[in-house]
Amino acid sequence: MQPLELSAVDLVTAIRQGEVSAVQVAEAFLGRIAKVDGSINAFLHVDREAALARAADIDARRKAGKPLGALAGLPVAVKDALCTSDQPTTCASKMLAGFRPPYDAHVVAKLRQADAVLVGKTNMDEFAMGGSNENSAFGAVHNPWDLTRAPGGSSGGSAACVAADMAPAAIGSDTGGSIRQPAGLCGITGLKPTYGRVSRRGLVAFASSLDQIGPMTRSAADCALLMETIAGHDPGDATSLADDVPRYSEMLEKPLTGLRIGRVAEHFGPGLDPEVAHGVEEAFAAFKAAGATIHDVELPHAKYGIATYYLVAPCEASSNLARYDGAHYGCRSSVRPTGEFESPLVEMYCRSRAEGFGPEVKRRIMLGTYALSAGYYDAFYAKALRVRRLIRQDYLDAFQQVDLIGGPVSPTPAFPLGEKTSDPLAMYLVDMYTVGTNLAGIGGISFPCGFTKGGLPIGFQLQGPALSEPLLLRAADRYQKLTDWHTRRPKLAT
Amino acid sequence: MSKQPATAASDPYITVIGLEVHVQLQTQTKLFCGCSTRFGSPPNTQVCPTCLGLPGSLPVMNRLAFDLAVRAALALNCKIAPFTKWDRKNYFYPDLPKGYQISQYDLPFSSDGHLEVIDPKGAFSRKVDIIRVHLEEDAGKSMHDEAAGTADTRIDLNRAGTPLCEIVSQPDLRSPQEARGWLNELKLLLVYLGVSDCNMQEGSLRVDANVNLHIPLPGEGGAEGRIAKTPIVEIKNMNSFRSVERALIYEAARQWEEWQATKVEMGKMPKQTRGWDDPAGITRPQRQKEESSDYRYFPEPDLVPVTVSDAEIATARAAMGDPPTVLRAALAEKWKISAYDADVLVNQGRDLVAWYEDLATRVGEGKVASNWMQQDVLRTLNERGGTIAEFPVTPEQVADIIGRVQKGDFDTSRGREIFAEVLTSGKAVADVVASMGIAAVSDDDLVALCQELLAANPKIVADVKGGKEQAAAGLIGQAKKKNPNANPGKVRQMCLDLIKALP
Repeated sequence: MQPLELSAVDLVTAIRQGEVSAVQVAEAFLGRIAKVDGSINAFLHVDREAALARAADIDARRKAGKPLGALAGLPVAVKDALCTSDQPTTCASKMLAGFRPPYDAHVVAKLRQADAVLVGKTNMDEFAMGGSNENSAFGAVHNPWDLTRAPGGSSGGSAACVAADMAPAAIGSDTGGSIRQPAGLCGITGLKPTYGRVSRRGLVAFASSLDQIGPMTRSAADCALLMETIAGHDPGDATSLADDVPRYSEMLEKPLTGLRIGRVAEHFGPGLDPEVAHGVEEAFAAFKAAGATIHDVELPHAKYGIATYYLVAPCEASSNLARYDGAHYGCRSSVRPTGEFESPLVEMYCRSRAEGFGPEVKRRIMLGTYALSAGYYDAFYAKALRVRRLIRQDYLDAFQQVDLIGGPVSPTPAFPLGEKTSDPLAMYLVDMYTVGTNLAGIGGISFPCGFTKGGLPIGFQLQGPALSEPLLLRAADRYQKLTDWHTRRPKLAT
Repeated sequence: MSKQPATAASDPYITVIGLEVHVQLQTQTKLFCGCSTRFGSPPNTQVCPTCLGLPGSLPVMNRLAFDLAVRAALALNCKIAPFTKWDRKNYFYPDLPKGYQISQYDLPFSSDGHLEVIDPKGAFSRKVDIIRVHLEEDAGKSMHDEAAGTADTRIDLNRAGTPLCEIVSQPDLRSPQEARGWLNELKLLLVYLGVSDCNMQEGSLRVDANVNLHIPLPGEGGAEGRIAKTPIVEIKNMNSFRSVERALIYEAARQWEEWQATKVEMGKMPKQTRGWDDPAGITRPQRQKEESSDYRYFPEPDLVPVTVSDAEIATARAAMGDPPTVLRAALAEKWKISAYDADVLVNQGRDLVAWYEDLATRVGEGKVASNWMQQDVLRTLNERGGTIAEFPVTPEQVADIIGRVQKGDFDTSRGREIFAEVLTSGKAVADVVASMGIAAVSDDDLVALCQELLAANPKIVADVKGGKEQAAAGLIGQAKKKNPNANPGKVRQMCLDLIKALP
C-alpha cells in the first residue's frame, strides 16, 4: 500500500481498518516533504517529531480498541495564518517571526479533536495578501507543475503541498480567492465555504468581513470529509452561523439531472486565456452531459468587484494589522531614536512597521488608511460598502434562476514567478472571478477541468448561494466521477 | 464647596460647560471576553487572547454589560435605539493592544436624554440635556516609571476590555458649582441603579469638561449688542469632582483674562486641550497633535449589530427601581419631611434610605426620625466610616430610644448619651438605661423635688411671681443635680404650676 496515492477518505478508512498504521502514513508524507519541499518551499514549519508521536498515539489507541476521531491518522497541513499552540504562527511575515500563540485556532482544535495529524504550517503570501505566494517573507512557493511558476496565492503553500503529495489535505483561508485560485493553479480541489460556516477564531485576520477558512484537497469528496470536522457554530465567533452541519459526505451521490448552472457572459471577455476558456467550456459540456442545464445569467455589478474588494479588504486590513506595532510580538526596530519623528514612540512604531512588513502589506495598509481617512471615507469605503450590497443582490437575483454559477477560477493558468511582481494592478486582476463570492458572503469551489498544452492545470469554479456547500461538493464530486483531471499528478524530480 | 467664588451674577460673562463622563460598568466580566473586571489584581493577570488583542482573537459581546448600559441610559431619560452597531476607533498607543478600540460611532445605543440637578439649598437648578450615551471597551493602563530614571513604561492590560459608558452632555451647565452638583447627581443615580461604583480613585468614573465663556458685548451707535464666545477648551486629568470644580473656576478666570488681552473668539483657533495640574491648581496646554487625531472609524466586522426590542426596554425599566429624584419626592411626601432633609437622606444611598424608612415606620414620625438620622446616625457614621449596613446600632434600637424620649422617660440629650453608649458598648438599650441609673421619675417624686427647690430658692419664686417666668430656668440646673433623671421640661412646668398655686 502506497499512502501517498490514497485519497483522504481512503486513508482514513485504511487506518481505521488497520490496513496501514497512522505512523506509516505520517512517515510516508513526512518523507515526501523531506524529499521534495526543498524545491517547492510549501512549508514554513514541519513538526516531524510531534506528528510521529501523535500518529503513534493514534495507533496505540486503535490497538487498545479506544474510540478514534473522524480524521484519525490523516495528515493535514495548516496554513500559517491559523494559530497553533505548539507550532510557530508567522503569517509568512517577519513581523511575527518566532511568534507562538498561546492557543489553537478553533479549526485547529477541531482537527486535533478529530485525531488528524498536523504535519506543519504552510507558506503563504504575507498576511494572506497576494495571489502568487511571492509576498512571503520566507521565500516564494514554486508550483509543483512547473517550478518556475507561481502556485497562486495566498494559500499557495497549502495548494502546492497537496499537489505535490506532501499532504493529502490542507487548510487554507480565502479572502478574495486565496483557496480557489491556488487550488486552480495547482490542479487540486478547494472549497471556500459560506461566510460564517467555519469559525474564524484563531485565523489571523486579514479582512474580517471576507476571510473564511476552507479545505484544500485532491477531490471534492475529501473536502466534504474535512468540512464535517471543521464546519459548525462557534460561540467564540460572533459571525459564525448557528445552522446544523450536514453530513456532506453522505450527500454526494445524487445525480445532477435537472441541476441549473448559470454562465456569465462577461467571464469570457477580454483577459481570459483561450486555453483556460476552452477548458472551462469543456467542463460546462461535461456538466450538461451529466444532466445539468446551462443558463445565461447576469451579474451586472461584477465589473466593480475588484475595485470594491480592493477598498473593503485594505480598509479592514489597515485596522487588523495595527496591532503589529513593534511594542508586541518581538519585531521591534533596533534603531535608536533619532529625534526626526514627533516622539520616540512614534519613531519606534514607524521604523518597526517599515522593517517588519513587506511591500504589498504596506501598500494595502496605506490604501486602507487613506480610504478610511476623514474626508475620504464616503467617497471610498462607504461607497464600496454600497457597491458590495449591489454585488450581493446580483447573486441573490441570479440564484433565483439557477442553482449554481460556473466559470473560470482565474484568467490564466499559473504564471511565471516574477512576472507580475512589479505590477500590483495586474496581480490584483488574478482575483477578478473570485472576489465576488467573498463580497457576497456565499460559497465557491474550485477544481481542475483540464490542462494547457504546456501541462498546466486549468481550474473550474462553481459558486452557490449561502450554505449551498452540499450542492457545491456534490456537483464537483459528480464531475470528478466522470473525469480524471483531479487524479493527475505533477512529475517532480526527486 | 470651594471657597473660591463660582460664576456670580455680577460676572461680566457666562461660563458655559459641557461634560463627557466615562463610567465603568459594574460587570463581573469584560465587554468582549470572559475575563474578570476586578480592580487591584496583580498586573496582567486578568487577560486572555481577546483582551490582549492577540492575532486571530475575536470579541463576543457580553449581553449583561449591554443591558446594564441600557438601564443607565433609561435612567438618563434617553431614547434606546432599536438597532445599534459597533465601530472601530483606530489609534496607536501601547496600552491599546489591538491598535483600535471597539466603540460606537454614528449609531450609539442611546441618545437624547436629560438629567436635572436641583441644589437643595436653592443655589441653582439645572436640567442638562444628554446628547448620547454609548458603550465602548476601556484601554489598558500605562505606568510611566519616571522615578526609576529609565523612563520605562509598563503596561497593565487588566483593565483592557472593561465596559465603559460614555455620557456626553450638551453645554447646558452655567457654573463650576453646577457642574460639580450635576456630577454628584449623576454619580448618585448610577450608584442607585447598580450600574457603576463610580469610584474616581479606581478610575471607574472619569470626567472631561468642555468650557468657554459667553460675553455680552454692548452695541455701538445704538446697534444691538452681541455675545462673544471664547474658544472652547477641553480640560482633562481631573481626579475628583472637587478638582472638576476648581479646574473650571481656574479655566473660566484664565479665559476671561485671555479674552481681555486678545479678544480671540471661538472658531479663530482650533479647540484646545488643557490638562489640570491639581497640586499647582492650574490648567496647562496639552500638545495640539493629540487633538487632531483622525480615528478612521468604521463598522467593526467581527461583531454583529445589536437589536433591542420594546419588551427588553420594558424589562430593563421595570428592573430599574426609583431613581433619586423620584425617591426624594416620595420620601418628602410620605414622611412629611423637607426637601432638604429628603435630599440629605437620598444622597447617602439606597441602603441608608431603607434604614431611615425602617426607623421612621417604628417611630411613626418622619421628622423626628429624620432629625435623629442626620444628627446622630449620619454624624457618627461619617466619623466612623463604613456603610450603613455595617453600622452597629439598629433602627429598632434607635426607635426604642426615641420612644423613651417621647414617653418622657428622659430628654433628648440624655437620649443621645444612651445612643452613644449603645454604639460603643454594643449593649441593649434597656441595659444601658439601667446601667446609667436612668429610671423614670414618678409624679410624686417630681412634686417632692420641685417643692424642695422652691423652698430653697425664695428669690426665684418671688421673681416668677413677679411675672419673670424665665427665672424658672435657674431651678432646672439644680433639679438635674439632685436627680439626673428628672425631665427638665416637666420640672419647669411643675415648678411654674406650684408657684402659681402659692398664695
